[in-house]
Amino acid sequence: MSKTSDHNSTEPAKKPTIAVFKFASCDGCQLSLLDAEDELLAIAHQVEIAYFLEARTRTLAGPYDVGLVEGSITTEHDAERIREIRRQCRFLVTIGACATSGGIQALRNWADVGEFIQQIYATPQYINTLATSTAIADHVPVDFELRGCPINKDQLVELITALVIGRVPRVPNYSVCVECKRRGTVCVAVAKGISCLGPVTQAGCGAICPAFNRECFGCYGPQELVNLKSLCAHYEEQGESRDHLVRLVRNYNGYAAEFRAASDALEQQ
Amino acid sequence: MSVSTTPVNSIVSFEKPRLQGLLDALKQAGYRVVGPRVADGAVVYDELDSIEQLPLGMIDEQDGGKYRLERDAAAGYFDHVVGPHSLKRYLFPPQETLQQLRLKDGDWHVEPPRVADTPLAVIGPRSCDLHAMAIQDRVFLEGPYVDPGYRARRERLFVVSVQCRRAAATCFCHSMKTGPRASRGFDLALTELDDCFVIEVGSERGGEVLASVAGWKTCSAATVDRATEQSVRLERSMNQRGAAENAPHAAKPRQLDTRDIRDLLLNNLDHPRWDEVAERCLSCANCTMVCPTCFCSSVSEVSDLTGEQVRRERTWASCFTAEHSFLSSGVVRNSTTARYRQWLTHKLATWIDQFDTSGCVGCGRCITWCPVGIDLTEEVAAIRETAK
Repeated sequence: MSKTSDHNSTEPAKKPTIAVFKFASCDGCQLSLLDAEDELLAIAHQVEIAYFLEARTRTLAGPYDVGLVEGSITTEHDAERIREIRRQCRFLVTIGACATSGGIQALRNWADVGEFIQQIYATPQYINTLATSTAIADHVPVDFELRGCPINKDQLVELITALVIGRVPRVPNYSVCVECKRRGTVCVAVAKGISCLGPVTQAGCGAICPAFNRECFGCYGPQELVNLKSLCAHYEEQGESRDHLVRLVRNYNGYAAEFRAASDALEQQ
Repeated sequence: MSVSTTPVNSIVSFEKPRLQGLLDALKQAGYRVVGPRVADGAVVYDELDSIEQLPLGMIDEQDGGKYRLERDAAAGYFDHVVGPHSLKRYLFPPQETLQQLRLKDGDWHVEPPRVADTPLAVIGPRSCDLHAMAIQDRVFLEGPYVDPGYRARRERLFVVSVQCRRAAATCFCHSMKTGPRASRGFDLALTELDDCFVIEVGSERGGEVLASVAGWKTCSAATVDRATEQSVRLERSMNQRGAAENAPHAAKPRQLDTRDIRDLLLNNLDHPRWDEVAERCLSCANCTMVCPTCFCSSVSEVSDLTGEQVRRERTWASCFTAEHSFLSSGVVRNSTTARYRQWLTHKLATWIDQFDTSGCVGCGRCITWCPVGIDLTEEVAAIRETAK
């Protein structure tokens, strides 16, 4: 790393502040930041990590230039806290499926949470939760979404780079199929008859699962134009069961509007 | 220095196992050799060291949204047809760095990207693929702006094409007049007969490589006839597709009526069929990615976190994505209807205005690799049926 001393002397005043907040989630998306091992020093050099409990005990008070929000809203307290965080952050960016669509825990939105609590917890009366798990954008305005379960660290570095430089992040919203074809992966749907969500899912992961002969599970949520009606009809025609399709679509991003509408429609058919 | 060679247009033959000699000769001549191999349920292009790796005894059954490999005792080394890959990924790679700059001691230094300099030999392209390459040549080499990366790769490409003796139901080269017999655009062309390979020399380079392969002999007139007859027979059967009764449950063999196709499509931009196909189309872009002629790309400037390294990168792009029609005012083609119509009218109509050729070579990849099996031949037929 060659840096001119000139550059260093002006740095502290210019460094944008970043804060990382967690809601209902597994922490995997925050960890992506720590996983960016090769870039971490450069990131720490370019931005002030002001609030990131998973990485450092020192915290700086807001307001912050950028807030990265992981997790979904599942309690009254969360719903209040996200409003305060929004007030503290100039740019609010949601990271991961939980924050952008409610996450896997949004499966509760189709079920009775009270029943879950009774069955799982020894002392259910201690549990204070909402009936639903919802996306951050359902509660406050969100400036940018980084999709994925978990997010891709390259996309995260790209986002931070774009924010530091002051340009739009290059985060494509086309389908996973584009990534599959670029890397030369043979389509699992066409060549193996595996029901795959790639055609309706946003790219970003690098099309990992199909490269290992597995279907896309929709981790990055709906691509820009979604046509699940046609895709599910085709899979059903190929002999796939409707139950399987409902479970496939109702997954990490099951509560994203386009996916939710599709799985509800499949159930109602 | 004289180099031994086999003259262009000469036809020779060798026994099937001698094909290994051709592979070895190509490697000897410094080529990286790529050819058809079975991987993940399909025949794809991959590095080839031995003819043992070729898909001997395999055929591919193809239909809309469906591709299955099957064993066939009678099948030779090359009785599969076209797979998901094409020459495109070698000449116009999915991702390419066009330019890079580095900030050093306060100055920007241009570091031109290195274009791979190992010559590449590809075994297996069919007549449709050669026509597709000729179309991409026109796009990247023959206009006022020559693509330097494409040119460098193209000049180092050695093509051993294969004459089809079988067609998939999705093949319609006979309609596009792009096959099935390859007549130019190759360095060597192989015809597989049951007892031998017949090799046609298409270029001086081809002749030189062939000359160093042991065991080839001048072809008897009878063998040449057998090879030619094989292509003629295939073409005849493809031309009879409309007339023959289709077996129940068998994939319908495709054909495309190309009469006045440019005007047909451009005079029917409001045809209800565009909305109808958009009900099925996923806007996933698979058709454009597998198309051997689709050449759209997206160029973006990529910087590292410090802003000290900047790259200009080109990636395959598609008219089925929003970013493809993004202008300062927003996305121009917001609907799948608009995107499908853009693709098909460009491919089959305005391409003719632009490049004096159709953009379709009838390889059928867009039909097979569409996840829901949308078939352009069917879409055109539907529009033709109720055209204005």
